[in-house]
Amino acid sequence: MINKAIYVDNNATTPIAPEVYQEMIPYLTELYGNPSSIHTFGGQLASKIDEARQKIANLIGALPTEIVFTSCGTESDNAAIMGILSSNPSKKHIITTKVEHPAILNLCQTLEKNGYDVTYLSVDRKGYLNPDELQKAIRPDTAIVSVMYANNETGVIFPIEEIGKIVKSKGSMFHVDAVQAAGKIPINLSKSSIDLLSISGHKLHAPKGVGILYIRRGTMIRPFVIGGHQERGRRAGTENVASICALGKAAELACANITEENTRVKKMRDRLEKNILENIGYTFVNGGSESRLPNTTNISFEFIEGESILLLLDKFGICASSGSACTSGSLQPSHVLRAMGVPFTAAHGSIRFSLSRYNTEEQIDKIIEVLPGIIKKLRAISPYTPKK
Amino acid sequence: MWSYTDKVLDHFHNPRNYGEMENPDATGEVGSMACGDALRLTLKIDKSNNKIIDAKFQTFGCGSAIASSSAMTEIIKGMTLDEAMKLTNAEISKFLGGLPPEKMHCSVMGKEALEAAIANYRGIKIEKEEEEGRLVCRCFGVTEDKIRKLALENNLHDVQDITNYTKAGGGCGACLQDIQDILNDVWKTKKAPVEAVSEKTPDKPKKLTTVQKVKLIEETLEKVIRPSLNQDGGDIDLVDIDGNKVYVKLRGMCSHCPSSSFTIKSFVETKLKEFVSNDIEVFPEEQTND
Repeated sequence: MINKAIYVDNNATTPIAPEVYQEMIPYLTELYGNPSSIHTFGGQLASKIDEARQKIANLIGALPTEIVFTSCGTESDNAAIMGILSSNPSKKHIITTKVEHPAILNLCQTLEKNGYDVTYLSVDRKGYLNPDELQKAIRPDTAIVSVMYANNETGVIFPIEEIGKIVKSKGSMFHVDAVQAAGKIPINLSKSSIDLLSISGHKLHAPKGVGILYIRRGTMIRPFVIGGHQERGRRAGTENVASICALGKAAELACANITEENTRVKKMRDRLEKNILENIGYTFVNGGSESRLPNTTNISFEFIEGESILLLLDKFGICASSGSACTSGSLQPSHVLRAMGVPFTAAHGSIRFSLSRYNTEEQIDKIIEVLPGIIKKLRAISPYTPKK
Repeated sequence: MWSYTDKVLDHFHNPRNYGEMENPDATGEVGSMACGDALRLTLKIDKSNNKIIDAKFQTFGCGSAIASSSAMTEIIKGMTLDEAMKLTNAEISKFLGGLPPEKMHCSVMGKEALEAAIANYRGIKIEKEEEEGRLVCRCFGVTEDKIRKLALENNLHDVQDITNYTKAGGGCGACLQDIQDILNDVWKTKKAPVEAVSEKTPDKPKKLTTVQKVKLIEETLEKVIRPSLNQDGGDIDLVDIDGNKVYVKLRGMCSHCPSSSFTIKSFVETKLKEFVSNDIEVFPEEQTND
């Protein structure tokens, strides 16, 4: 079952690359030392961590000293926002968007209850931001602006540099959640106005439980996790050596494969999307195609509900996601699709396919083969399907 | 991933009795596409003995909505209308070997479609708003009557249960307090079934000494009331206890919340009545100056 799985849910998590797994093994077996130790046995691991740091710096055009290892993307996001707020206690305003990941959105909602003022920028029907709205919203007391690089549900990429220029012209800090973008599209922080940037390991073929926060040199930020001197005092806690080295390897592989993501993977995604739109009626893509991650397509199937589609896909070992209410455990459909103004009726029937370089043309063929039957079956049950 | 029983998955993958019926004798429709699930039930009825001879469904919804619809049609075939009217959502759920708590509303939808179809056959027009009373949840169009009815039928005491069964409160959340008030009223006027009382309410000693009462009030504030207020960025201090009068001060976000007096009466007092004693009255601190 596992080996036969057609895994097209890579924006949720990715398979660990075989090379990454191999990279980890020594640190889970014989090299179990503590990198902070004085003895060679442990101390030698510090240089391994530095190597990993360099590889990640290479992926995003940063300096190694600007990379801080964390436990996940959520921690990186929290550390960025909380760290900036506590080093700028007089600034009580935050700007973000309505379509952020819960790691940002729920944090901002909690901060609102604690006396912060938060502006949530809107998006249009295609999922695009309007930089003019940011221009109007930003104030002298705006401590931080946090905008995602690319949306996890639709893959829509935001104009990060344009946003960054506005933020920096007003003297605020700029945080970018690049969890979905890293490894899929080129990022170069050496020529950028981004101050802080979050990446999660398990979205780019490293294991779960490791992430990074990029902190531009010279940024005043208070540590979020307090304790020992690790990560130059910016993030305490004994280093997760195996996962850090894994993330280093994954970053190296991402550098090598970024062209493939934007050619072969994109071609497969485009073929899947085109085929669905052409062969299944009453379907449309959520999110503008002018600026979208090469691996993601989010398609609404009208008159039917997403969880039903996923359960039937699951029978064929096809793993995807939905923005429907029923799959989220909440009773309302995806906040991203709602913010875009996708009608509830179509949001309930949305399916996200997110590919990776480990997908094959044969897998796409299989999805294309079985999907029309699944949609037909559910539409035969639905009371809303138009009669021919 | 939901943990569906094999029976739910069977009725989802191989739904019984789905599709359109030609010239049905009765039709019942509930839900809407916007709500995320909807069901249209059609029946053929033997007029000589009022028995349901055939039932078909069309459902827009998740796996358990389709399975619940399928199960319901299987159950009612062969029943008389009077028998079918007595079918409860719990029986639909039981037929399927149970549903996840968050999916109980699927079984409720099945029962409601059946009620609507029978009413349609009997020529009773259901005027939604007027007949079913005041609208409580605007996101999902749930009325007070429906909440009261389901609370009693299924012995529901928590707001979360009401959300699981009716979806009410699962959208913007503005009606959660309203639902709590309705539940308080339901279980105040109607004595709850015995097993429910012993299960949900902690032991309430008949006669408390002053020391016991103070301790119990403090404990209830600490363990029940404070965590809930903390979630909204608020807090509460116990100022004084004078007989059955409890004086408190709301802090944090609660202190300048326009509904703070409402919070004191409807939440703090309700909880203290539940856990300590029925004659407790709660006042904001200012009144101690009188």
